[in-house]
Amino acid sequence: MTSLPHTRGTARLGLVIDLDICVGCHACAVNCKEWNTGGVAAPLTDLKPYDADPDGVWFNRIHSYEVNGEDARTVHFPRSCLHCEEPACVTVCPTGASYKRAEDGIVLVNEDLCIGCKLCSWACPYGAREYDLDAGVMKKCTLCIDRIYNEHLDEAARVPACVATCPTSARHFGDLGDPDSKVSQLVREREGYDLMPEMGYKPTNKYLPPRPRQRDAASIGAPALEPLPQAGGLLGLIDRLLSG
Amino acid sequence: MHPASSVIVFTTLSGVGYGLLGWLGLYAAAGLLPMQPLFALVAMLVGLGSVTVGLLSSTLHLGHPERAWRALSQWRTSWLSREGVASIVTYVPALLFGIGWVIGGALRDWLMLIGPVLTLCAIVTVICTAYIYRSLKPIPRWSNGWVVPNYLALAAMTGALLLAGLARVFVVPLSGIDILAGVAVIVALVLKLGYWWSTDRAKAISTPESATGLGAIGAVRLLEAPHTSENYLLKEMGYRVARKHATKLRIIAVMLAFLVPLALLIAAWQWPMLALPFTVVAPLIALVGVLTERWLFFAEARHVVTLYYGRRLDPAA
Ligand code: SF4
Ligand code: SF4
Repeated sequence: MTSLPHTRGTARLGLVIDLDICVGCHACAVNCKEWNTGGVAAPLTDLKPYDADPDGVWFNRIHSYEVNGEDARTVHFPRSCLHCEEPACVTVCPTGASYKRAEDGIVLVNEDLCIGCKLCSWACPYGAREYDLDAGVMKKCTLCIDRIYNEHLDEAARVPACVATCPTSARHFGDLGDPDSKVSQLVREREGYDLMPEMGYKPTNKYLPPRPRQRDAASIGAPALEPLPQAGGLLGLIDRLLSG
Repeated sequence: MHPASSVIVFTTLSGVGYGLLGWLGLYAAAGLLPMQPLFALVAMLVGLGSVTVGLLSSTLHLGHPERAWRALSQWRTSWLSREGVASIVTYVPALLFGIGWVIGGALRDWLMLIGPVLTLCAIVTVICTAYIYRSLKPIPRWSNGWVVPNYLALAAMTGALLLAGLARVFVVPLSGIDILAGVAVIVALVLKLGYWWSTDRAKAISTPESATGLGAIGAVRLLEAPHTSENYLLKEMGYRVARKHATKLRIIAVMLAFLVPLALLIAAWQWPMLALPFTVVAPLIALVGVLTERWLFFAEARHVVTLYYGRRLDPAA
């Protein structure tokens, strides 16, 4: 059913991604691929994987940007489905394959209903849907629905694969519908924001901005180094010639 | 956006067909429909034929065409679904109209009533098609007020040109069809120029800065893409046509879709001896022109996802 759920639970499960911490290692994307190519949306088809021109389905893509200005820096930027509150990807779907879950807000595709018309991927501003040419159906991030509710896993492992693997803990998973949850607090403290709010999709996932750069090194109380005395003789001559 | 030929053929041919059927319904309503079985048969076959070929072509790009019937289920929210439902509903008045017109019998007396219903259904279907594109916010060249009038005008124009040609071939009096076709061409041309004028100047509301939220720090430039070769997103949504090619194609589209057919209509009126070949060639040339126009409608449209790949949406960029 592609109408958005009329009655909703309070839960808004999603991710909070810390752009201050992410080092752009792509580990989350790789673990996402690893888990999901065996998960509910399996397989995440790769076409010509060993060719010069490989192409395949990924749910998570890591861009790196150079941000210019006074406070210029490099920012690594993971991009995946934001499980929007107003997801036009769902309402445009003609078959009812795309849907938003009432209980937790996760946006999913029922691959048995999908006709592969690709319209939902056109409707997503964030490029979160990738068509599987081989299977003829649309694929997208499931927020690892087969992990987060999976009672066969240890409780600590019941988080999306990307969150579980991030070596720097730049990714957080939780209930953004609960104002007291850790993720909600984090968003408040760090002024987490929405991507492309002007599109009106009301993403659930939030991004935490890079912290302002520290301009001066903190004082560590050590005395300044003495300047080196000029060397004389042959060594001094060579030194003067080379640095001249 | 990637200009898929199945979708270009679908929107163009269904436009022609619904345009033709729409005009026939109006002629019937006005009591001006010539009762000539052979003309009736050919006109209905051409109208329904284009619509049907168009709809079948639209299923060609599906990953699972055998499940296409499922697309009729979500008409509450999806314009694609509404388009499917409207196109199937339109077959009912179209077939009743055709039977009444070709075979006559009891239905013939009802043509004046079925006609307007057919016209209305044809218009609704074209509007639904246009709204599939118009409703997509991430594609600024589609998500604007020009798209629906353009689709309607081009359908009306191609339908009228085709009907004028058919009427000439079967030597049936269809009063005013040449003038209607001429006016439709001018209206469609003005709307197309307006679409280009407006969309070329529209200021992009989304930028790499708003897409990443990093604008507060400064201008955002892609340093490293997430992947080394093109993925689905770039192939489907990142299609680009060189500006100088686009300009050339726009000129070709304007010539073939509008100016040449208009000149042919005027020539046919000036030289009645040559009216037959001129009015028959006009819709064929217009069709090639509209196919070019439709190719551009896709190829020139930019999707906001390309912002993540460091591109900008402003036509100047
Ligand atoms: S990010 Fe895209 S695919 Fe995910 S819910 Fe939002 S619109 Fe839909
Ligand atoms: S590709 Fe599948 S999920 Fe997407 S809109 Fe079409 S039918 Fe729905």
